[in-house]
Amino acid sequence: MTTIEPETSGASATAAAAPGAAPADAPRTTPAERPSDGEHLLSTRDVSVLYGDNRALKPTTLDFDAGTVTALIGPSGCGKSTFLRCINMMNREIPHCRVEGHIWYGGVDVNAPDTDLYEVRRRIGMVFQQPNPFNKSIYDNIAFAPRRHGVKGRKQLDQLVEESLRGAALWDEVKDDLHKSGRALSGGQQQRLCIARTLALHPDVILMDEPCSALDPIATLAIEQTVRDIVATGICVIIVTHNMEQAARVSDRTAFFYLGEMVETGPTAHLMKMPKDQRLSDYLTGRFS
Amino acid sequence: MTRSDKAATNAADAAPRAGAQTGATRAASAMDADTAASMARRARRSDHVATGVLAVLVGVVCLLTVAMVVYILASGGTKMLDWSFLTSNPSDGGIGPEIFNSFYLLFLTLLISLPLSLGAAIFLTQYAPSGPVTTCIKTIIEVLSSLPSIVVGLFGFLVFVIKFGWQFSIIAGACALTMFNLPIMVRVIQQALEAVPRGQRDAGLAMGLTRWETTIHVLIPSAIPAIVTGVILSAGRVFGEAAALIYTAGQSAPAIDFTNFDITSASCPWNVFRPAETLAVHIWKLNSESVVTDAAAISAGTAAFLVACILVFNILARIIGRALEKKVTAA
Amino acid sequence: MSSASNVTSESPGTPTAVGQAVEPAAGASGSGPKPGRGSSDAGLRAQGVAPKRRVEVRGKVLTGACVAVVAALVVALIVMICGQGVQTFTKDGVPFSKFLFGTAWNPTRTDADGVPYVGALPMIAGSFSVTLLSCLFALPFALGSSIFVVEVAPRFGTRIFRPVTEVLVGIPSVVFGMIGLYVIVPLIRSIVGGTGYGIMSASIVLAVMILPTVTSLSIDAIASVPESYREGSLGLGCTRWQTIVHVVLPSALPGILTAIVLGMTRAFGEALAVQMVIGSGGASVMPTSLFKAATTLTSVITMNIGNQAQGTLYYDALWSLAMVLLVMSLLFILIVRLIGRKGSVKND
Repeated sequence: MTTIEPETSGASATAAAAPGAAPADAPRTTPAERPSDGEHLLSTRDVSVLYGDNRALKPTTLDFDAGTVTALIGPSGCGKSTFLRCINMMNREIPHCRVEGHIWYGGVDVNAPDTDLYEVRRRIGMVFQQPNPFNKSIYDNIAFAPRRHGVKGRKQLDQLVEESLRGAALWDEVKDDLHKSGRALSGGQQQRLCIARTLALHPDVILMDEPCSALDPIATLAIEQTVRDIVATGICVIIVTHNMEQAARVSDRTAFFYLGEMVETGPTAHLMKMPKDQRLSDYLTGRFS
Repeated sequence: MTRSDKAATNAADAAPRAGAQTGATRAASAMDADTAASMARRARRSDHVATGVLAVLVGVVCLLTVAMVVYILASGGTKMLDWSFLTSNPSDGGIGPEIFNSFYLLFLTLLISLPLSLGAAIFLTQYAPSGPVTTCIKTIIEVLSSLPSIVVGLFGFLVFVIKFGWQFSIIAGACALTMFNLPIMVRVIQQALEAVPRGQRDAGLAMGLTRWETTIHVLIPSAIPAIVTGVILSAGRVFGEAAALIYTAGQSAPAIDFTNFDITSASCPWNVFRPAETLAVHIWKLNSESVVTDAAAISAGTAAFLVACILVFNILARIIGRALEKKVTAA
Repeated sequence: MSSASNVTSESPGTPTAVGQAVEPAAGASGSGPKPGRGSSDAGLRAQGVAPKRRVEVRGKVLTGACVAVVAALVVALIVMICGQGVQTFTKDGVPFSKFLFGTAWNPTRTDADGVPYVGALPMIAGSFSVTLLSCLFALPFALGSSIFVVEVAPRFGTRIFRPVTEVLVGIPSVVFGMIGLYVIVPLIRSIVGGTGYGIMSASIVLAVMILPTVTSLSIDAIASVPESYREGSLGLGCTRWQTIVHVVLPSALPGILTAIVLGMTRAFGEALAVQMVIGSGGASVMPTSLFKAATTLTSVITMNIGNQAQGTLYYDALWSLAMVLLVMSLLFILIVRLIGRKGSVKND
């Protein structure tokens, strides 16, 4: 079930984003305009980030669709992680960090003061660079957040744990020691546990911030496979990576960031083959990294 | 054994250093080789001398500490192991009520200061917005931590004993000790919470949990070994504190009767409104305005018991901390 | 937008793409998370007060209240002690200069002008003498040990030295006072003669008491010097000792100064141990010898405040001494702050 494209009748944008589809971008809406409902799952409009007076990210406009993987690539310090952390408002946890612009999701602007931050984050999950399972058992690592979000009942939780672990392709490896500490797993397993933990909240979007950078190549491939699997269930994955091969393997669309600016975006295959921007082609040919 | 390790490290980093040195000498070809060599020799010699002096200083500090502990335990050891000394009333030369008072006061103090400092530490690590208010709060806690304990005791005297009309009482003493203890505990808990890897907190927040839930269910369980260790160590300090108590909990230890459960009676041990001299206050009292004949022996015995208790606290803190650490990290 | 397939949508104004894009795929793959998906789009915009937000507000209020209690206690302490302390000048009409610079303390008697002898200078001088002397005694040991522990034998430091200083920190001040009384005082008496009580005995006791404080803070300061500084110096062919003197200590200086000032704060405010070995606590004149009975602010307060009736001049004057003590410790903190600020500016 690796690359089942969600062939949906209603979501035209999704189809457009599928690999091999027309390379042309979906027509851009003017920045401040609210995208019409239902066109994209998630749209950012002129999102920019300031640390104090220092602009870390220039206004960025991107669209993301359900059932696709978008890779954010670029050299380190280019603003891709900063952008990612805007989408679930994790930047609000950093002092002196200000996010401007609009992030349209589910009909509301995530970056509005009256948005329910907690609900947004429940639906837009995040997987971090370093695997960071809690100091709890594997079971509790997954059941913890749903419990706090009101899922009750042993049976329901059991089911949720199994389902989430299966979703992250971890069930067969850990089903017999669900009560072992999540920290006792290998690095790759820990990272898949973190993905499972996110899946347990039934998110629409999962943000991944270089999820494989702390892992060995085999664990990396397993994570990539997991990513394709969960995308096949209709989840939108946005993955930050500095590894172009990974972007090529895993993503449908790619956005290239450079020096705090989103330089170019498009279907991954097309972008890698025919970069329009000089900076991107320099990056692809390895002039800098 | 540490010495040999040291020697090994020295040898290890001496080699590249020597290489660098000769390289530098070769480069400065104009420099008189003899002078350079003698300078280097002198530098090496003063290096050895300095290391020796430092070792002596460290040795003195360690010996001094050991000597003090040994002196205390030796001079009061026999008295301390005398059961009747530990259980009888001060009028009979014993310290029974003082022992109970010390532990009871410690318990009450922790009862008040633990939740308060936990709350304050959570606020400071999780909620405090970076700004003038937070800076102000941090300064205030710093002020509290460096206030002389006698000043804290005087404040307790003024407010709890006189203004609130509690007289010299356990509760007044516990309140004063709380003020003495708060800054230490806040700092301990704050450091413990901050030592939890940031990824843990981010993971909780990124799943749509509140900072409160993340703190209670993720950070505190991870920080609990450090918190418990810190709290026990601070308990040791509270246990030995006297200056904050002489004008709050008082300097008299009326006989207590463990069969008395009338909470209003002065001899009921649990009555928080009775005056209560602690072990530390007892030592001070014996040595500053003594009317007892064998004050020296009694105070030595009391000191031995007090120090023994604090040593036990120290060891307990280590053992429990390590055990909890193991439990938290293990499967 | 009304054709949205999302049947569970509760808020007509905020339909979403979620349901449309997801349901078919989820149906196709069969496994995978779905139950919660797109179930409540209304939840995205906080309506009224969301339960999570309520939890957060409650946590904030609860912990904020703890902080407020602590802050209120400290403010109350400063206000009340100063309020009591100024009574000497407002109610009893003693001129402030007579108090601060008067060199005789005997509040039960009055001088020729009818002003009572409430000169605090003897005690202030006594307090400063013991503070400075004890720092002088403790400093070589503290600094030497911290350098040794950080630069020479780190494993010895964590395995042995730190536990040792923790034991030293844990010994109660009355026990220090008692040891001073039974060991130091007789020792001084046998060497110098006299009673053995006095500033010298108090300073020695205090030196041992502040030793762990100064040492552990100096260790922190020295350990926080970046390793690259040392490597830079060693790489140039300097010996360890040269590196310590010319590179490590200068960059750790602000931290070491802070350690010293905090040690002084502790020495200045220590009451019982000092009172037990310094000698008299009643009337007082300017200290003239390190080996004669003297007084400090704390020793006079400790000895007398319980014996004086409320409202008398003596009582008020004692509170004025307490106020001086308080103001001094605030000054010490100010100094620590200034050092900290200067240090951080330098590092920028």
